[in-house]
Amino acid sequence: MIPVLLILIPLLTGLASFFIKNDKAARSWALFSSLLTVVVSVLAVTVLKENKYLAHQCDWMPALGASFSVKLDGMGQLLCLLTGIAYPLIFIGTWNSQYKNAKNFFALMLLAQAGLMGVFVAMDALLFYFFWELALIPVYFICSQWGGEKRIRVTFKFFIYTFLGSVLMLIGILYLQSQTPNDSFAIQDFYNLELTGKTESWIFWLFFIAFAIKMPIFPFHTWQPDAYEQSPTATTMVLSGIMVKMGLLGLLRWLLPVLPIASYSWGDVTMSLAITGIIYASLIAIRQDDIKRLVAYSSIAHIGLMCAAIFAENKSGTQGVMIQMFNHGINIIGLWIIVEIIEKRFGTRKMSELGGLAQKAPVMAIFFVIIALANIALPLTNAFAGEFLMFNGLLNAKSQYYLWFTVFAGLGIILAAVYTLNMIRKIFYGVTNEVTEAAQDLKLNEKLALGIIVALIFWIGVYPQAILNITDGISQTITEQTDLSELFKKK
Amino acid sequence: MNALIISAVLGVVMMFSSFLLNKRSTVRNIAIGGLLILLIINILEMNGVEFFNVNTRDMIAFDRFALLFNTIAIFSTLLYVLLSAKDMAKVGVYFADYLALIFFILCGVMLVSSFKSLLILFLGIEIISIPLYILTGSDKRNLKSNEAALKYFLLGTFSTGLMLMGIALIYGAQGSFYSVGISNIAGETPSALLIAGMLLLFFSMSFKVSAAPFHFWTPDVYDGAPTVFTSFMATIVKAAVFIAFIRLFDDAFGLLHLRWKLLVAIITALTLFVGNITAVFQQSVKRMLAYSSIAQAGFMMLSLYAMNAEAKEGLMLYVAAYSLATIGIFAVLIKMSDYTFDGFNGFAKHQPLLAATTTVFLLSLAGIPLTAGFLSKFYMLKAALGTGKHLWLVIVAVLMAAVSVYYYFRVIQAMYFKEGEKQPMEVSKSFKWTLVLLAALIILLGIFPNLLLSWLYF
Repeated sequence: MIPVLLILIPLLTGLASFFIKNDKAARSWALFSSLLTVVVSVLAVTVLKENKYLAHQCDWMPALGASFSVKLDGMGQLLCLLTGIAYPLIFIGTWNSQYKNAKNFFALMLLAQAGLMGVFVAMDALLFYFFWELALIPVYFICSQWGGEKRIRVTFKFFIYTFLGSVLMLIGILYLQSQTPNDSFAIQDFYNLELTGKTESWIFWLFFIAFAIKMPIFPFHTWQPDAYEQSPTATTMVLSGIMVKMGLLGLLRWLLPVLPIASYSWGDVTMSLAITGIIYASLIAIRQDDIKRLVAYSSIAHIGLMCAAIFAENKSGTQGVMIQMFNHGINIIGLWIIVEIIEKRFGTRKMSELGGLAQKAPVMAIFFVIIALANIALPLTNAFAGEFLMFNGLLNAKSQYYLWFTVFAGLGIILAAVYTLNMIRKIFYGVTNEVTEAAQDLKLNEKLALGIIVALIFWIGVYPQAILNITDGISQTITEQTDLSELFKKK
Repeated sequence: MNALIISAVLGVVMMFSSFLLNKRSTVRNIAIGGLLILLIINILEMNGVEFFNVNTRDMIAFDRFALLFNTIAIFSTLLYVLLSAKDMAKVGVYFADYLALIFFILCGVMLVSSFKSLLILFLGIEIISIPLYILTGSDKRNLKSNEAALKYFLLGTFSTGLMLMGIALIYGAQGSFYSVGISNIAGETPSALLIAGMLLLFFSMSFKVSAAPFHFWTPDVYDGAPTVFTSFMATIVKAAVFIAFIRLFDDAFGLLHLRWKLLVAIITALTLFVGNITAVFQQSVKRMLAYSSIAQAGFMMLSLYAMNAEAKEGLMLYVAAYSLATIGIFAVLIKMSDYTFDGFNGFAKHQPLLAATTTVFLLSLAGIPLTAGFLSKFYMLKAALGTGKHLWLVIVAVLMAAVSVYYYFRVIQAMYFKEGEKQPMEVSKSFKWTLVLLAALIILLGIFPNLLLSWLYF
């Protein structure tokens, strides 16, 4: 019941939004819809977490072997919660941004939410593929219509990239389906497949490229900084806060447990790619002057670490990724909200043109510093728990190069501190100039959104167990499914 | 059988209506009524009601496969006439004759979809082709139209010659025109005569469906022909020839599949490659659609390659999805005064409904989920994977599908994200509603393909 609601609420309200005449009303309608969703997603992790509420299945294209099968496992609960919380924050945080044809903008945003929710709950490969694309198309339209100057070219690149990835994945899905005994797309049947190592290898790459493009992982990341920069900030938040989690979820749910042998044997390669991405993106981030691009590159680095931890294939790493998916979503949305405020107030995103904001807008400075520090995983902030677990996972990875991976990933943390502190220094300290002279502090809606984010940062930072409890079961399952020694024992 | 005879009669009726009736709207209404009748009696035949009982000596067999395709073809023609009949009148003065020719083409379509003997196949192909030569050249004062007609005629007759030669060789080898007789090679190695005949037939059919490297006529003919008729040529006719193609190779040469599988795989890959890559470089939407029709033919060839139950189901869905979407796009294109991509600039602002439906058509052609186009491509890939061989073909197909996104989305970009002048355009209410119906059908088939496919079995 709950997963169906999570898809239907944004879908129907989104479609209805196309027909709203008044732009203001469309904005309120979108907020109302997102609040409704957040209530449902909170219910899913608190009161109604019994299985009968969390799963739903009915027939859909039986001739093809596809069924409409949705279920919230721990990971699904967590990511739906993230999506649920993120949307009201985005809407509140960007309440003052003006859009031409606002009703279409909000309609597409809500449709994208429906697609995302679908990806997180789908337990049927074809359904998963449907939602995977459904989430992409509204975002494509939003970015091309409301984005920056170079939007058309950049968004097109983004679209073609991800579409190419997803059609490759489609071949993989089709092949796996043809191997199941009853021609079904159900995830459980995929888990039960026993393929040879060689077959697993090439299917592994079909899937991995699709997910790697989405996350993105070096060297498939080239669309990302441009797309983040050119999109309207509200959409950038969706892209970076939630959409990249589609790739991570794909790895955890559709790749590792389905193809354990290939995931193990290619683990070193993918981890090297991920770690290279961390260092590479961090180094570029240090050289950036544009705040949006800086945050975009820092996001590549963070995702790289999560990807590496996934391929560590142990429970600590997996749990770290789970909690970090949530934290990264919350933190980066906080950063984008402030970036949006700065851009709207001062008309520039260049750090070299800003400075001394802390004197003029102390509240903004406090919020920004807290969120930025959370982003580099200071203890007592939410990301600390996640990174700690992930590093623990990396150190215990089965790979023979685990020490190198850990060291280089750790280097990434130091580099992250460099660019983040540098950013804080350049924007908020120093002397004011003519641009920042007349700065105003935060407005009520911005304080509200950032306040919620900071509260979440500290709450999870102090009590990460709240999140870890949700995903404990699923992390255990994934670890067992990917453990090769268990696998061979069974045989 | 019902629809075949009635449509021949209707063709004659339309011919006479040109000098018996003065008003074009009456002629148009008769044509629409006629198509409705055809549709109804064809559906009746699917349910076992036959009006005519002609002994065809087993040369024609109206099985479910044929009947379902005929229904799709008639229905598409009906939508096509509803959308574009008014524009047909603008091509020249012989409005009623154009409609008559379309009814005759429908006769040919029904023959090729249900043949059991090569003679009927030949007849059907000719009945389709000759009216098409006329329609291509119907814009008599336009040089390009004349050129296209001549080109089409010369190359078309040449490929017909190949086909006849092939049929003759096969008759020489097997002593029969019937598909059953030809496939009767139990235990023996097929004679060189039979193989040569089969190859000739394969080449001539490839020509008719514009598979590379026999596609060179397509862009010029599609571009030169009046746009209304291009629409018909690129959809219903092409689909019919595909059905004939798969029927021929399934019924007559199914047992020889080891000898032509690789050839089909190569031609398929080539067609996909040429169609998609060339479409990327086009500046005119009409020419782009011509190349896209080659590209889509490449995807349909996958069903010929796979030749299993899924392939046949998938082809049915494919022709429906492709015909509906292409008819829709052409109907909008006809209304435009500028056929270049820039002509679509700012279209969404001035004609939001038309732009929205065109977007659905383009998404379907590009194979985006939730549209019929996706599921049909999906079926094709699934069928091809099901053969378990030539995996590279599937990879080529999806890579080319990704390329196709590029040129289809260029139109969407122009419509939605670029500014442009308003073009004068007369669009009636009923035109808009028909387009909405088309778009709705495409989405409906994209979610519940069984609405169509269950007809194949029950």
